[in-house]
Amino acid sequence: MSVLEGLRLALNGLLANRLRSSLTMLGILIGVSAVILLVGVGNGASVAVQQQIQSLGSNLLTVFPSNARSAGGVQQGFGTGSSLTLDDVKAIANKQTSPDVVTAIPSAGGRAQLTYGNQNWNSSLTGTTQDFPSVRNYSLSSGQFFTSGDVDASSKVAVIGQTVVTNLFAGQDPIGQVVKINRQSFRVIGVFAPKGSSGGFNNQDDIVVVPITSAWNYLLGGRGRNVQQIYVEATSADATSAANAEVTQVLLDRHHISDPTLADFQILSQQDVLNSASQTTGVLTLMLGAIAGISLVVGGIGIMNIMLVTVTERTREIGIRKAIGARRQDILVQFLIESMFLSGLGGALGIVVGFGLARVLPLAVSALPTPVISTPSVFLAFGISVGIGLFFGLYPANRAARLRPIEALRYE
Amino acid sequence: MITLEGITKVYRAGEVDVPALKGISLHIPEGEFVAIMGPSGSGKSTLMNLIGCLDQPSSGRYILDGYDVSALSDDQLAWIRNRKIGFVFQSFNLIPRASAIHNVEMPLIYAGDNRQRHERALAALGSVGLLDRAEHLPNELSGGQQQRVAVARALVTDPAILLADEPTGNLDTESSLEIMRLLRDLNQQGRTIVLITHESDIAAFARRVVRLRDGVIVSDERRPEINEMFSGNAGVTPA
Repeated sequence: MSVLEGLRLALNGLLANRLRSSLTMLGILIGVSAVILLVGVGNGASVAVQQQIQSLGSNLLTVFPSNARSAGGVQQGFGTGSSLTLDDVKAIANKQTSPDVVTAIPSAGGRAQLTYGNQNWNSSLTGTTQDFPSVRNYSLSSGQFFTSGDVDASSKVAVIGQTVVTNLFAGQDPIGQVVKINRQSFRVIGVFAPKGSSGGFNNQDDIVVVPITSAWNYLLGGRGRNVQQIYVEATSADATSAANAEVTQVLLDRHHISDPTLADFQILSQQDVLNSASQTTGVLTLMLGAIAGISLVVGGIGIMNIMLVTVTERTREIGIRKAIGARRQDILVQFLIESMFLSGLGGALGIVVGFGLARVLPLAVSALPTPVISTPSVFLAFGISVGIGLFFGLYPANRAARLRPIEALRYE
Repeated sequence: MITLEGITKVYRAGEVDVPALKGISLHIPEGEFVAIMGPSGSGKSTLMNLIGCLDQPSSGRYILDGYDVSALSDDQLAWIRNRKIGFVFQSFNLIPRASAIHNVEMPLIYAGDNRQRHERALAALGSVGLLDRAEHLPNELSGGQQQRVAVARALVTDPAILLADEPTGNLDTESSLEIMRLLRDLNQQGRTIVLITHESDIAAFARRVVRLRDGVIVSDERRPEINEMFSGNAGVTPA
């Protein structure tokens, strides 16, 4: 019996029970579309997170002080040490010792309360130096950034993000205005262009940036001239590991530490963050896929169920076919094709529905990351659905193939 | 053509062995029209299943058209049924979802014989006078027509024997006559026919009647001529 003949038989059998066939197919349809949609959502989340991290600059290294140890040797929280200084920053930026570093900036800050007129806003304060925009991938939409002169002179000037502008100035041009930052008057000299990223991560547009010396002198009282982080810009994303090694060496030398395991600082590259984030979102995608996979299995069980019913119903037909010369494999193939056709068609329709939902759902639910449907996942889902038809069809088909003709013929 | 030697068949019913056939020896030469008769419980259905290769004997030898079929595998038996035997059942046993022509084609499909499949099926349907019903489903046909489709299906592979198990059991008298005349004509064209029945007026169409009782052959007689009971219709070919 040819495959074509088998297909015709299967189609004939399925059309005989249209409602039952379509309901069975629905099970697989839902399973496949769920797999495609949920894996798409997982991938979408992964892409969104990666984009956010990359917008920070993929060639960025961050140096943190090590955890401070109290006298008893008790470890305190991450980055609580105060081992980094402005001189460290200058040494790192030295082209001689670290050729793969473009520049380095210090960062010290915290939360700050801003007031302008009768408006209040709590924002993230960063004290840094003049290279902040290039290292952190910020550009200015108006005004200008402060200069090295401002840093040296501890000028009370500030550059603010778009979120701050929106919340404090309500349509007014903020350039030249004086805002109070923790009750100290600062003049706004520039506004950052929006980074456009939002969502679960820190809002990169909700910032106020001042010279680090001003921050030390007026805003971060009591904490000394302490650098909380050093941002290092490597020449390229590929050069981050070389830059990492150079920065490590410079700091070890400067801090007189010979054993790298005892270093009083830690370096985190954006690549590391990216990797761990992809790992997390990968697990998320896998989990979503697994949940959707369960519904696919349930659909498969539905197919098995209905195929068992079909085999019982058609016992007599099987007997007739065997009497006129059908071999075991002919019967087996007939029912296998039938179940695979059910699941395959259900799978194909599921792909269409999955694509449709991936388009429509983000419009209805804005919190959902835009699903990214990968071609392999589509082929995989289709392949799995056909495979499910094969797997769950095998038992009923085998049962049909093993029927003894005289008993099958006698069946009423 | 058919040789049965000391065929026995024992069924197990729970703890007890129930012998259905107790040593049947029978020879049916080519071109014969033999009726196997007997009351229910005589073992004629069991014998029909064995001759039709739907079941295998507990002991004894069965030679069909030169093949010793007493010890074949399931798939080999399927092949024998497909090529050597044409079945006509009491309840027609057509596939309900398939058209008449498709039902007739079915043995050829399982034979893997696609040469002029459609033409041969049409020819078989034509030989039972149902060419104009080729595309009808079984439930759109009368009982007699359905049984003629079944005869066409039995003939399409040109089998060694035609095995008819109570072919008129579900038919009215008119249709019964139609079918029996068809079988008789086929026999006159040289087809070997084994007919199983419990009605003596149906058996009367056969040239040889074998009677079974309690699993043994009690009589085996040849008739010189066809019974005259239906003489009024004799010789009329079915339309």
